[in-house]
Amino acid sequence: MSDITIKPDEQVPPAEVPEMELFHSHSWWTTYVFSQDAKVIAIQYAATAISIGVLALILSWIIRIQLAFPGAVSFIDSQVYYQSVTMHGMIMVVYMLTAILLGGFGNYLIPLMVGARDMVFPFVNMLSYWIYLLATLVLATSYLVPGGPTGAGWTLYPPQSILTGTPGYDYGIIMMLVSLILFIVGFTMGGLNYVVTVLQARARGMTLMRMPLTVWGIFTAAVLALLAFPGLFVACVMLLLDRLAGTSFFMPAIVEFGEHKNYNGGSPILFQHLFWFFGHPEVYIVALPAFGVVSDIISVHARKNIFGYRMMVWAIVAIGVLSLVVWGHHMYVSGMDPTFGFFFAITTLAIAVPTALKVYNWVLTLWRADIHFTTPMLFALGFLVTFLNGGITGLYLGNVIVDVPLSATLFVVAHFHMVMGIAPVLVIFGAIYHWYPKITGRMMNETLGKIHFWITFVGAYAIFFPMHYLGLLGIPRRFYEMGQTAFVPDSAHTLNIFITVMALVVGFVQFIFFYNLFHSLKNGKPSGGNPWRAASLEWQTPETPPGHGNWGETLPVVYRWPYAYSVPGANQDYLPQNMPPIKGEHII
Amino acid sequence: MSFMGVFFLFIYSVMGLYLWQQGILRSDWLKEGDVAYASSGSDFPSLSPQKVGLLVFLSTAGCVFSLLIAAYFMRQGSPDWQLPEMPSILWLNYFLLVVSSCSIQAAYYSALKNHDIQLKNWLLVTGASSLLFLMGQLVAANELQNLGVYTYGNPAASFFYLFTTLHALHLVGGLVALFRTIRKSYRQALGNLIAPSVELCAIYWHFLLFIWTLLFMLLLGKGDALGVICRRVLA
Repeated sequence: MSDITIKPDEQVPPAEVPEMELFHSHSWWTTYVFSQDAKVIAIQYAATAISIGVLALILSWIIRIQLAFPGAVSFIDSQVYYQSVTMHGMIMVVYMLTAILLGGFGNYLIPLMVGARDMVFPFVNMLSYWIYLLATLVLATSYLVPGGPTGAGWTLYPPQSILTGTPGYDYGIIMMLVSLILFIVGFTMGGLNYVVTVLQARARGMTLMRMPLTVWGIFTAAVLALLAFPGLFVACVMLLLDRLAGTSFFMPAIVEFGEHKNYNGGSPILFQHLFWFFGHPEVYIVALPAFGVVSDIISVHARKNIFGYRMMVWAIVAIGVLSLVVWGHHMYVSGMDPTFGFFFAITTLAIAVPTALKVYNWVLTLWRADIHFTTPMLFALGFLVTFLNGGITGLYLGNVIVDVPLSATLFVVAHFHMVMGIAPVLVIFGAIYHWYPKITGRMMNETLGKIHFWITFVGAYAIFFPMHYLGLLGIPRRFYEMGQTAFVPDSAHTLNIFITVMALVVGFVQFIFFYNLFHSLKNGKPSGGNPWRAASLEWQTPETPPGHGNWGETLPVVYRWPYAYSVPGANQDYLPQNMPPIKGEHII
Repeated sequence: MSFMGVFFLFIYSVMGLYLWQQGILRSDWLKEGDVAYASSGSDFPSLSPQKVGLLVFLSTAGCVFSLLIAAYFMRQGSPDWQLPEMPSILWLNYFLLVVSSCSIQAAYYSALKNHDIQLKNWLLVTGASSLLFLMGQLVAANELQNLGVYTYGNPAASFFYLFTTLHALHLVGGLVALFRTIRKSYRQALGNLIAPSVELCAIYWHFLLFIWTLLFMLLLGKGDALGVICRRVLA
């Protein structure tokens, strides 16, 4: 650090950033398959995540069909139902959302946005993808082993998850645990890359406070992930030992079918602590990149600088720090000490402060802005309301006294689907529509995009809004069928059918998106390098799609923050981050 | 719990210090033009990306071991907990690990001074003592098995096997890096060219020694002392 100030009109010396040694591929295999280029790895990550995500989408239909029409489809027995619930949850949270947001967008955007040629450890980056793919394949293969995948619920709580009554006892649970361990190992390799690239490979002039919020979000999420995934790692290793080596880390003395199991004295609560130590930060590992991406999309499509940039950064960091000390709110009904419940309720409510601050800042960015209702912008706005909705029900559930009656009802299901299902997925769609021109050089079809948005958005509300009411009625989650239950009125069954129909509709509409995605590859309108007239660095590459090494001959030099839109006194609508200041012109 | 508290206190302090140093609180973030303090392109010009990467990895590995230690404390309270008597060979193993940690440091100093022969010798000493340590751990596990202390039945014994295996796996990973460094030292004439690799190994070895010291303390039944220290730091 130094206090030297260089006046805006001074000649800036050429970049002093040391050049990176890039791996140059010589064959088709090393260019497209075993590639060490972060952009190719990003597309591999995203393609794998979306493919396994489609499987999880189909599983959600199985769940919904059973709930609306119990017994109507013969192959959905209780075993298939529980397996579907488990796999849907685990795939969506870990293998889809985490992988696409960090592995996909992180890999593609970090080097481009901070002005680097590639990630700092390209080989490790490649390894990260292949281990992730292996983890996904191990998980998918559990459908082929005797007994099928585990049906323990995505939280995999012992003792039930490793007892014989649970579907997938023989192999499913083992494959799930092995797959998670592999995922964590692979992810750690990727996470190291994201963090170190942001720390050590930024272009000249790209200070931390000039990074786009997308990079801030992904960076903080990666740090969080590196500190939170160990919780899941330890939990999985110990559970695997309980299942295979007969240890009793988590398993208490237990009698099953009249037979004394060889377990003794283990603590299921210990598993819950370890699992949620990962589980809650996981919400923010998904949400923080989404926060960042939304900030960028809103700013670009509203032609206005993000309101309160510095506070947005602080909020991201504050959320990251707080999110590691709130995990206990998932365990209010586990019989823990009320003092702990009090502590966790306080920290949970405290996290609402920086989060609300971000929501206010997004709204204030939109205030009197030149809003363009493009498809990415619609998705970003959709995220805003959905996240707000999900966040508010989170405040209810964060209070011990409200949580206790609502725990394990559909209210919780509706809450977390709103806040970490629909909201991040809307952002992912928005981000794909937004950065697709940079990745392919072509625009996606706007009309199809808007149809996709409106049906997805309204449909998602039609699914999850009524679900809150079902939860308030006391309808429990995870139940295979309700049967004749006195407290469930007939109208609840009708509502369940409505939700299922909407779920099927929304699911099918996603195929419009896939059609658009593939059709536009060849037939989309050529986009040029910067179709949204965006100021951040990734849009200023000499080639579109960016070539190997991203920046051609010389690395870019950064002169300002990434949100210079509609700058008073400037003679153009936006000022790219790498445009040298013009002599005599007073800007910001 | 208090152990995790100390771990996070440490990590948060490092991160906070870094962010503060990077000007997250400065008010000149809207100023235009080249910024002198970012001109080197990296936040830690004195550190290579590899070194930063290793330190970040150590925080993740540190988190894994901290959680294991926290789990150990939580599980300790149950009535079936009986700490088995540790085989005395563990003391010899501990000595070997200390030797390997010292010798890798010596290797680093010889690399800096371009003393090639010494460098190679010290690297070989590190490799040999680490391998002996791993073999010693196996012997210890074997001895316990012969005494009827198995992975199941007694959670304290389960933790012994879990701790030693995870620690050993980390050491095996380190040995791969060490092997590559040794190979480099035979190919490259100048010691100070491979000094950065030796330094990375040295940091990793010291880290593993530190972790094993903590785990060994727990296994010897001195965990309460550790808990007291942590609570005092937090207080």
